Amino acid sequence: MQRILKTLLSRPEITAIIMLGLVIIGFTLYAPQFATYANSRVMLFALPELGIIVLGVGILMIAGEFDLSVGSVFALVPMVIVVAVGRWGFDPYSAMALGFLAALAVGYVNGWITLTFNIPSFVTTLGMLFMARSLATVLSGGFPPPFPSELPIAVFVADLGLFRSSMLWFVGFALILGITLHYSNLGNWIFATGGQQQAAADMGIDTRRVKMACFMLCSFLAGFAGMITTFRLRSALPSLGEGLELQAIAAAVIGGTALTGGIGSLIGFIVGTGLIRVIDNGLVMARVDANWFRFAIGALTIVAVILNIWVRNRARRMH
Amino acid sequence: MAEILREHVLPKDRFVQPGPNALIRCVGLEKWYGGVHALVSVDFHAESGEIVGLVGDNGAGKSTLIKVLSGAHPPDAGKIYIDGDEVQLRTPKEAMARGIETIYQYTAMVPAMSIARNMFIGREPLSRFKIGPFGLMDRRTMVDHATRSLSNIDLTERSPDTPVEELSGGQRQSVAIARAMYFKSKLLILDEPTNHLSVKETNKVLDYVLSLKEQGIGSIFISHNMHHIFPIADRIVAMARGEKIADIMKSDTSIDELTELIV
Ligand SMILES: Nc1ncnc2c1ncn2[C@@H]1O[C@H](COP(=O)(O)OP(=O)(O)OP(=O)(O)O)[C@@H](O)[C@H]1O
Ligand SMILES: [Mg+2]
Repeated sequence: MQRILKTLLSRPEITAIIMLGLVIIGFTLYAPQFATYANSRVMLFALPELGIIVLGVGILMIAGEFDLSVGSVFALVPMVIVVAVGRWGFDPYSAMALGFLAALAVGYVNGWITLTFNIPSFVTTLGMLFMARSLATVLSGGFPPPFPSELPIAVFVADLGLFRSSMLWFVGFALILGITLHYSNLGNWIFATGGQQQAAADMGIDTRRVKMACFMLCSFLAGFAGMITTFRLRSALPSLGEGLELQAIAAAVIGGTALTGGIGSLIGFIVGTGLIRVIDNGLVMARVDANWFRFAIGALTIVAVILNIWVRNRARRMH
Repeated sequence: MAEILREHVLPKDRFVQPGPNALIRCVGLEKWYGGVHALVSVDFHAESGEIVGLVGDNGAGKSTLIKVLSGAHPPDAGKIYIDGDEVQLRTPKEAMARGIETIYQYTAMVPAMSIARNMFIGREPLSRFKIGPFGLMDRRTMVDHATRSLSNIDLTERSPDTPVEELSGGQRQSVAIARAMYFKSKLLILDEPTNHLSVKETNKVLDYVLSLKEQGIGSIFISHNMHHIFPIADRIVAMARGEKIADIMKSDTSIDELTELIV
């Protein structure tokens, strides 16, 4: 019994799961419209777009690095796609390939600069936050380009009733990345690299390549999520996703990912994302002034970290 | 300081020479870190099954030498022979593939990861589901072997899923040694393995090194504590300022003589 409890409390996502449960119960009691089919739809429509970003940001954090540029990549990639089709005459799929190539390039540059000059990724990706945003704006030419109708919107955002097809992409990414992170040797290398880089390197792991792959994955997923949002809105806005990087990091942290690397879980990423989406929506349903949203997320982040550390220490002292 | 050391340096012709079947032998190793000459034409060898004690003051170049031998830092010049064949050790993997396992004091393990996962970092057994070098880990095998290794080092009360950060320093060192034993190394390199350990835990580590010798596995053992090294070593190599200043069979020297030499 003690052992089961200890195992349970040692899971990084445990506090987030409990908090999500409490928040859902709270909103259900106080906001009659919250737990309805219509409202669940609203929440599930929005979840994948943040969730896909959090997968990348969280895995990169486990590997011991940060990415503040995801919000800008979120705008840049769909801008490339839309402009490539609308102004440069690309067919939709080549344009999407070009967009993802741009995302991978941003991730590569983030990683290359960070690892080659041995500077904090916080700094590199802060720089990239400005540069990628600027590129998106320059590409747009100052005003949102017309949205080309030939883009395969349905594949990514078709309304399937309770959720959109974006949910299927999210679940697909989550499954593949979850299995990779927790059950494959590559996942073991990611945890080892973020947990104690020297130890990983001493055991023959190419930590530079592991981190590089995580940087590129992170940018790719941010761009992919941005494309989904753009397809849903049918408009490529250069200002899309401003501040999203902080929400994504908050979601990962709330889900139990350690800022210092080496600790985190895929379930944590999902539950952390869920908490942010539920609170966003629940406050509206409870008729609270929407401007309290960021206050709630901020407070939640701090509380989650304090609880996480407390629970982890308690679990460690149990036998 | 340099003069005093030089006075005590044994004439080079009195250094113990490698036998014809030396497990590892290096000639003329050089290593520069920027302007620091960390290894100055170092010759070094270890016979199979031999315990070599490596001593020297802080900054003498001991860790640098073993980093070269473990493939972590390639040398700038010099040759390395393993079992008589000249080898290039460019990465730790290449050294491990040739049976050289290294254990570092502070970075031997990833604290937040479980014992089972730590044992197989970089060498995870894979299941049927794999693509190229990547695949799903064979968790069953990992847990089984970790459990067996834990019982070899009398840590049976710990589950292989325990995070390493919950172990004491000595227990971590034991797990690191168990890992080296599991991978059937020919030579184990231990960089200050007894630092910060209690007397009891220190003795345990020394006992492992001795029992490995009984199984034919030699060790290179670095320590600042002559009383840890002397009882178990067959031969002592002393370094100062990147040079080898002594290479002598234990039976030909004493703790006092060695202490005087390196302090
Ligand atoms: N990665 C590095 N970069 C730059 N200089 C280094 C590096 N590693 C070692 N050195 C320098 O090389 C010299 C030898 O260092 P080394 O770590 O081999 O000494 P050591 O004998 O292991 O000392 P200690 O007993 O303190 O561990 C020192 O002057 C050290 O400052
Ligand atoms: Mg050292």
